[in-house]
Amino acid sequence: MNPVGDVASQQADLIIYATVLMLIVIVPVIALTVFFAMRYRASEKERTYEPEWDHSVSLEIVIWSVPLAIIIMLAGLTWVATHRLDPYADLTRISATQPIDENVTPLQVQVVAMDWKWLFIYPEYNIATVNEMATIVDRPVELKLTATTVMNAFYVPDMVGMIYAMAGMETELNGVLNSEGTYEGFASHYNGAGFSKMRFDVQALDEAGFAAWVADAQSVPQDLTRATFEQLEQPSIDDDVAYYASVEDGLWRRIVNMCVGEDTMCMDEMMMIDAMGGGGLEGMPDAGMDHGDNAAMTGH
Amino acid sequence: MADVTNAVAGHSAEITNQVHWFWGKLSWDIFPFYDPLILGTFIVTILLGVSVVGFVTYKRLWGYLWTEWFTSVDHKKIGIMYMILATVMLIRGFSDAILMRIHQALASAGILEFLPAYHYDQVFTAHGVIMIFFVAMPFITGFMNYIMPLQIGARDVAFPFLNNFSFWLTFSGVVLIMLSLFVGEFAATGWLAFPPLSGLEFSPGVGVDYYLWSLNIAGIGTTLSGINLIVTIVKMRAPGMTWMKMPIFTWSTLVTNVLIVASFPVLTATLALLTADRYLGTHFFTNDSGGNAMMYINLIWIWGHPEVYILILPVFGIFSEIVPTFTRKRLFGYTSMVYALCVITILSYLVWLHHFFTMGAGADVNSFFGITTMIISIPTGAKLFNWLFTMYKGRIHFELPMMWVIAFMITFTIGGMTGVLLAVPPADYVLHNSLFLVAHFHNVIIGGVIFGIFAGINYWWPKAFGFYLDTFWGKVSFYGWVGGFWVAFMPLYILGLMGVTRRLSQFEDTSYAPLFAIAAVGVFMIALGVVAFVVQIAVSIKNREALACGNDPWEGRTLEWSTTSPPPYYNFALTPRVYALDAWQHMKENGAKAPTSGFVPIHMPKPTASGLVISGFMTVMGFAMIWHIWWLAALGFIASVAWGIAHTFNYDRDYHVPLDEVTAIETGRPVAVLAE
Repeated sequence: MNPVGDVASQQADLIIYATVLMLIVIVPVIALTVFFAMRYRASEKERTYEPEWDHSVSLEIVIWSVPLAIIIMLAGLTWVATHRLDPYADLTRISATQPIDENVTPLQVQVVAMDWKWLFIYPEYNIATVNEMATIVDRPVELKLTATTVMNAFYVPDMVGMIYAMAGMETELNGVLNSEGTYEGFASHYNGAGFSKMRFDVQALDEAGFAAWVADAQSVPQDLTRATFEQLEQPSIDDDVAYYASVEDGLWRRIVNMCVGEDTMCMDEMMMIDAMGGGGLEGMPDAGMDHGDNAAMTGH
Repeated sequence: MADVTNAVAGHSAEITNQVHWFWGKLSWDIFPFYDPLILGTFIVTILLGVSVVGFVTYKRLWGYLWTEWFTSVDHKKIGIMYMILATVMLIRGFSDAILMRIHQALASAGILEFLPAYHYDQVFTAHGVIMIFFVAMPFITGFMNYIMPLQIGARDVAFPFLNNFSFWLTFSGVVLIMLSLFVGEFAATGWLAFPPLSGLEFSPGVGVDYYLWSLNIAGIGTTLSGINLIVTIVKMRAPGMTWMKMPIFTWSTLVTNVLIVASFPVLTATLALLTADRYLGTHFFTNDSGGNAMMYINLIWIWGHPEVYILILPVFGIFSEIVPTFTRKRLFGYTSMVYALCVITILSYLVWLHHFFTMGAGADVNSFFGITTMIISIPTGAKLFNWLFTMYKGRIHFELPMMWVIAFMITFTIGGMTGVLLAVPPADYVLHNSLFLVAHFHNVIIGGVIFGIFAGINYWWPKAFGFYLDTFWGKVSFYGWVGGFWVAFMPLYILGLMGVTRRLSQFEDTSYAPLFAIAAVGVFMIALGVVAFVVQIAVSIKNREALACGNDPWEGRTLEWSTTSPPPYYNFALTPRVYALDAWQHMKENGAKAPTSGFVPIHMPKPTASGLVISGFMTVMGFAMIWHIWWLAALGFIASVAWGIAHTFNYDRDYHVPLDEVTAIETGRPVAVLAE
C-alpha cells in the first residue's frame, strides 16, 4: 500500500479514510462488548439487574441513527470517490501537485489477456510486447483491455486498481505512474492452470528511456500479424518477454471482435447482420456475405 | 516456457473423451491414484468406511438405523442427520484448508510446491463448494429443522416426507462430490465456476460436471426444505403465537427460508443453463455465438449474495436466543430485531453487483450498489447494539454458548467493517480478489456462521440428548477456533493490502513467506479446535450419566425448553397455548403445571423409504450424466420419477399414537405446559 501512481495513492487514501470513519462506531461496539461482559457477569451480584427491561425509545433512536449517520457520510464519500476514480474517466490530475496538461494526450496501450500471458499493443508507436509494459513517468496511460479466452483481471497495484479483461469485450482503465522504476503487474482473477505465473513487469521510464525502449522493440525482426497472433495465443505458461516491431492494421478490432483467424466472422459484423434481420427471411440479402471481410458491409 | 499440455489439461488429458455406449467416459485411467496424496486419502477413507460398516454390522445396527433414522420423518432426527453430515463434511473441507495453508506456506518460501497447480486449483474449488453447500448449509438447515417446530409448539414440519427427501437430496450431492475425489477429478474453476473457464472449451474434463450435478441435486433439496419450513411457520404455530410473539430464531428461520425459496431457483436455473452449454451445445455463457459470461456472473451472484444472508440470518437468530438466556433477561429491542431481519432480507437482493465492481460498470451503477451494501450494515449494526443492550443490566453466565457469542460480537464486527470497506468501489478496485477479500469473508463466515453454529450446538445439545457437552473440551475447541481464526486470517488481511491475489499456487517473491507461515500456524490452531470438538462430543457421550441435565438446564425462555430433554417423538402431548413473547418464561413465571390428564391419541406421520430411494436413483442419474452413460442416466431419471409417482399412491402414511402410550410417556415427564 505504498503506491507510486496518483490514482492508486488516492485509492489507498480512500481505504484509510473509510476505515477511520467506520472505526468511530466499531471501536465503541467492541469496547462496550468487553465492558458489559465484564461488568454484568453473574458473579458481580451488586450490579443493577433489570430482567424486564427490554425497550428504550431513546436508545433505539441512537442505535439506528449512529450507524445511519456514519453510512450517510460514507455513502457521500463513496459517490464522490467512485466518480472521481472511475476507471473509464480521463485523469483530472497527474499528481496531487501537478494538474493535467491539456496538450499531453494519454499514452494508449491495448492490452490482451491470453492463456497465460499479456500482450501489450502501442498503437501510437505501432509496436507490441509480451509480458512487459512500459509507461512514461507523469504521462497518463489509457488502457483498453480485452482477452482471448477466459475472464481475466489486469492489475498493477502501484499504478491503479484492477479491471476485468474479457473475450469479446473492451474495458478501459486510466492511470499514471509518477516515478521511475520497475513495478509488478499480474492477473488478479483466477483463470486456470497458468494463473500464478501470469505476471509482467511495468517499467516507468523518462521520455528518453521510453524512446529507447520503443526503439528496442522496433529493432526486433518480428511482426505481429494475424498469423503470428494466432501462434502467440496458443496456451503457454511463464513466457519470456518478447517484442514485435510492427502490428498489422486493424488487429485490435479483430481481437476484440474475436475474428483474428481466417474464416471467422467478426462479432460486430454478426451483430450488424442480426440488427438487420439476422439469418431469417428479413436478413436474406446478407446470406452471401463474405465472412470476416469488413468490405462486405459497405454494400448496405 | 513450461510444458503446457500436461499443465493445461491437468489430468483431464488422461480421461478419455471417447464415449463408450455402455461405460460412457469411464475407464481405468480415471482413478487419480498416481498421486500419492490421493492414494493415501483413498486408503484411509476405505479403511474408515470398512470399519464403520463393519462396526454397524457387528452391532447389528442396520435395522435400527434404517427404521429409526434413514426412513424417519421426525424433524428432530432429520435435523440431527443434517448436523452429522455437516460435521463429517467440515472435516473434509477443513482438510482442504490445511492442504492449502501448508502449500502456500511452503511454496511462498520457495521450499516446495507440493501440490501441482491443477491439484491445488481443485482443492480450493472443493474447499469453497463443500464449506458453503455441505457444511454451513446442512448445519443451519439442521438447526432450523430441529429447533423451529419445537419453538412454535408443533409436532413436526408441515410436510414430513418432503423433509426426509430434502435431506437425502443433500446427501446425494455429498456422495457425488466425495466420489469426485477418487473417481475422475473435481472442478478447477473456483467455487462459483465462472464461465468461460467452466465451459466445455476450457474445462473439458468431468470436474465441472461433478460440480453441476452435485449442486443441481442438492439445490432441489434446499428449495424443497425452504418451502417446507415456511409453510410450517405460517400454518403450524401454537394458538396464541401471533407474528410478534414468535421467538426470534423462528423469525430468522422464516426470513431465511423466504430467501432460500426466492434465490435457490435462480441458482438452479443458472446451473441448468451452464449444464445446457456443456451438454447440449447451447451458447448461453460461451465467448462466441452470442453467449455472454457476464450474464452468468450476474445471475450467480443474484443467488450468491442472498446465500450469504441465508447462512448468517439463522445464526443471528441463534445468538438472539442465547444472549437473553445467559443474561437472564428479556431480549432488548425485539421489535427492531424483527424489522432488522426483514430489512436485511430485502436489501440482500439489491447488492449483488458489489461482487464485481471491477467488471467495468459505470460509476453511477457501482456507487449505487456500493451504497446499498453499506445500508445493510445499519440493521446489522442495530442487531449488534441490541445484543449489547441485552447484556446491559443483566446477569451474564459465561457458559460455552455465551463465550461463543462474545467471540462472535468482537470478531464479526471487524469482518463487518472490512466488508463495508470492500463496498466502496474504488477500494474494491484495489482489494478485489485479493487475500484481503479472502480474509474478510472468512472473518464473517467463521466469526459469524461457524461461531454461531458452535454456540448453537453447545446451547441445544442438552435439549436434544438430555446431557451437557463437556466443558473442558468445549473450551479447548473454543480457544482453538477463536485464536486460530485470528492467527490464520490477520496475516491474510495484511497480505491482501500488500497486493497478494487469492488462489496463487506458485510464488516468485519469497518476502511473503513469514506471513503465510503465521497463517499456517493459525490453521493448525483451528485444527486443534476441530479435533477438540469431536473429542468433546465423544467424551460427553461417554460421560453422559455424569453430564445428565434437566429439561430446562439453561433456564430457557422459549417453548423448546418446556418439553423433556430429549423431547418425545411427538414433541408436545397437548399443543401449548401462547400468551407472551417468551412463552416458556411466561409459563414459568405464572406457575404453570404439567397436565396429567385429558390426553388424546396423537396423529403422527409414518416413516417412509421413498426419500432415500428417489435420491438414490437421482445420485445414479447424476453420476451417469457426469460420465456420459446415457442409458443409465435415463434409467435413473425414469426410476426416480416413477418411484415419486408411486409414492403418491401410498395412503398408509399416518397413524395415531394410542392413548395408553401417550399417557405412559406423559406421566413420566416432569414438565409444565399450559394446555389449551
